[in-house]
Amino acid sequence: MTAETQIETDPGRGPFRKRPRPGELAIRGFLFFCGALSIAITIGILYELGKESFLFFGDEEVSVVEFFTTTVWQPQVGGFGIWPLVLGTLYITVIAMIVAVPIGLAAAIYLSEYANNRVRAFFKPVLEILVGIPTVVYGFFALTFMTPVLRGIFGVNVVGFFNVLSAGIVVGILIVPLISSLAEDSLRAVPDSLRQAAYALGASKLEVSTRVVVPAALSGIAAGVVVAMSRAVGETMVVTLASGASPRNFTFGQDPLFGYILNPFQGAQAMTGYVAITANGDLSYNTIDYNSIFAIGLTLFFMTLGLNALSRRFVKRFQQVYE
Amino acid sequence: MSVEAPERPTQTSFPTEEEYAGQLGRRQRKAVAFKFFCLAMLTIAVLALATLLYTIINDSFGLVAIVNQNDPDQVVAELGYDPDTTNLQDVSYDELVGLLEANVSSGVGRRLERDQRFYEDRLVFEDDATWAEICSSGEPPTGCTAAPRDHSNVFALVQERVVVPDVIASYPLVPSLLNPEAFEEEVAAGFEAGRFPDYEPEQAFIEWRAWFNPTFLTTPQSSTPEVAGIRTAILGSTWLVLITILFAVPVGVGAAIYLVEYAKPTRLNDFIQTNINNLAGVPSIIYGMLGLAIFVRVLEPFTSGAIFTDGVPPSDNGRTIVAAGLTLGLLTLPVVIISAQEALKAVPDSLRHAGLALGATRWQTVRSQIIPVALPGILTGTILAVARAVGETAPLILVGAASFITTDPSGPFSKFTALPIQIFQWTSFPQQEFHNLAAAASIALLLLLLTLNAVAVILRNRYSRRAE
Repeated sequence: MTAETQIETDPGRGPFRKRPRPGELAIRGFLFFCGALSIAITIGILYELGKESFLFFGDEEVSVVEFFTTTVWQPQVGGFGIWPLVLGTLYITVIAMIVAVPIGLAAAIYLSEYANNRVRAFFKPVLEILVGIPTVVYGFFALTFMTPVLRGIFGVNVVGFFNVLSAGIVVGILIVPLISSLAEDSLRAVPDSLRQAAYALGASKLEVSTRVVVPAALSGIAAGVVVAMSRAVGETMVVTLASGASPRNFTFGQDPLFGYILNPFQGAQAMTGYVAITANGDLSYNTIDYNSIFAIGLTLFFMTLGLNALSRRFVKRFQQVYE
Repeated sequence: MSVEAPERPTQTSFPTEEEYAGQLGRRQRKAVAFKFFCLAMLTIAVLALATLLYTIINDSFGLVAIVNQNDPDQVVAELGYDPDTTNLQDVSYDELVGLLEANVSSGVGRRLERDQRFYEDRLVFEDDATWAEICSSGEPPTGCTAAPRDHSNVFALVQERVVVPDVIASYPLVPSLLNPEAFEEEVAAGFEAGRFPDYEPEQAFIEWRAWFNPTFLTTPQSSTPEVAGIRTAILGSTWLVLITILFAVPVGVGAAIYLVEYAKPTRLNDFIQTNINNLAGVPSIIYGMLGLAIFVRVLEPFTSGAIFTDGVPPSDNGRTIVAAGLTLGLLTLPVVIISAQEALKAVPDSLRHAGLALGATRWQTVRSQIIPVALPGILTGTILAVARAVGETAPLILVGAASFITTDPSGPFSKFTALPIQIFQWTSFPQQEFHNLAAAASIALLLLLLTLNAVAVILRNRYSRRAE
């Protein structure tokens, strides 16, 4: 290129101008479409759940007030109070959290604060395998191992064939890896300088872990716990198989609280369990049963959405601290 | 924002040296106890996994007490073979069909033939005129279009209809090994107590049975646990994996490329990102409802295959493989997007700058610089996401996977069953034999998942070596 050659520097003209490229635009358009499809999925979920719920509440047998205030779920005779199903879901979730939080948190503290690489190389895959096992296999485990064991311990007459405790414990096992992996990540993200400072003040390893590292990582740990809770609420197969197919209808004041309403040894259908059992087989469209599963689905959707949003707020807070 | 200062100790004066020394020992003991507490909790997790695997294996093998209505050796001898050298499974296809003809009532035979015929060119139980009539009727049975049965299928029928083995009791693996006599006593006691009124004690024999065996993998579903297999379920799951991959991988990777490489931080793009994170947390059963409402119901003309054929649709409603596959695809999509995004974000910016600086367009840079480097990560993430979808049961229940199907799926528009559905169904039956089957099917499912994971690891290793 000689010095006399005039190079056009204006990008709008000359050999280096930006030419329209239809191929590039088409690819870009397709990629955008792929990304935007996720919005369509959300709209689809909200629209379908909302529409069928609307039809459900439009039925003369059902009212929104009854749905959220009464405590008997018997669709055959027009009892549409969601609380027995919510009770089943929440009870199993609470038991699962009682099992999973200590195990998950202690496992995370051990892996992050105590374990050397060899120990970690043994335990990490175990936790990953626990995540990978399909929930229906956990359901089989609950029904054929956990329930007989519980019946052996507490007595066949006390513990029902379907019971909340067995389902809760197994769901707890299932969510341990969720808590432990998120908690371990946030414990490891705590800067070493904090630990060093505590050691320099003469703290023992226990004191460093529980009074310095855990409080510093608390938002991250909380995020893991909340995600696990959301997973337990939405878990279907274990609760369907192990917790039975009859909702625990109750009346406050009449039924004994611990003997019946909060009895862990008897079955209680959960929200997901009701949906799965009702949909199993050929369910006819436009029946009250068909519409009811969508109303319950919508409730479930907002419960998990709320939990997930909460968890993300915790994560954000944690990131702000250390970034 | 900074880390909040821990609360100040309320103690006003420092401990004396003696007090300190006394506390030190206690503090150290507490520290050691805490360490062991953590280790114990971790061990519980390991024990849980071990117990789960133990339960499955324990129920998949063991002693059984069987009563055969027809002794298979005698059946073989009647066919003119030496029972010592020939098993029933070894005799020819024609002879097996002959056995069925001789032993099965014509009504049952006609039903079997309508499900799936025995020969391409001739009919065994039906006569040609009736067959032509029912096949041209409004609702032809599956036998009119499906391919004829094969040897393993007919052998299973002979087992089920001619030999008719009945497992009257079964025992798990570990007690069978440690104390086999206890099982014999239990069976004998069962006879004395009159628990098996249809049989004489002499008819029953005790043998080892591996519920998880090659025949189990290759025979179709049956209502008799002794001869039931998971062939149809394995084929169904394979179809589902294919459709899930075909849908979720291109769309998911495309969305990830858009979000990482193209999207500017506008409100819309932020919204897409948040939305994807939200979708990843939606319970799988809700995707099942979406699939039921959209794919099974609204798109029924497509998912039943009706718009692809002029005459009779392949399925009479939308509860087909393609509906379930697309549902699993939607379910997998957010996970694929998130893992592909992570793989793409890990590609150093210098590669992008180099490509663009050389005058390549953005897509050229992405296609020839970024994707090859990110590929191992994308593949691994994708396969793990698909592996998760294979084990999903709840969405399949919602979109109506049939629990009892004995014919192989003939294409994306046929009715189907899948491995997790089989496990669910068998687990929910009360009889012990079905739990044995559920355990054996669980082994098959776990092996399938293990294979997928191994493929992910192998692909990652292979491609990451090439990319270096």
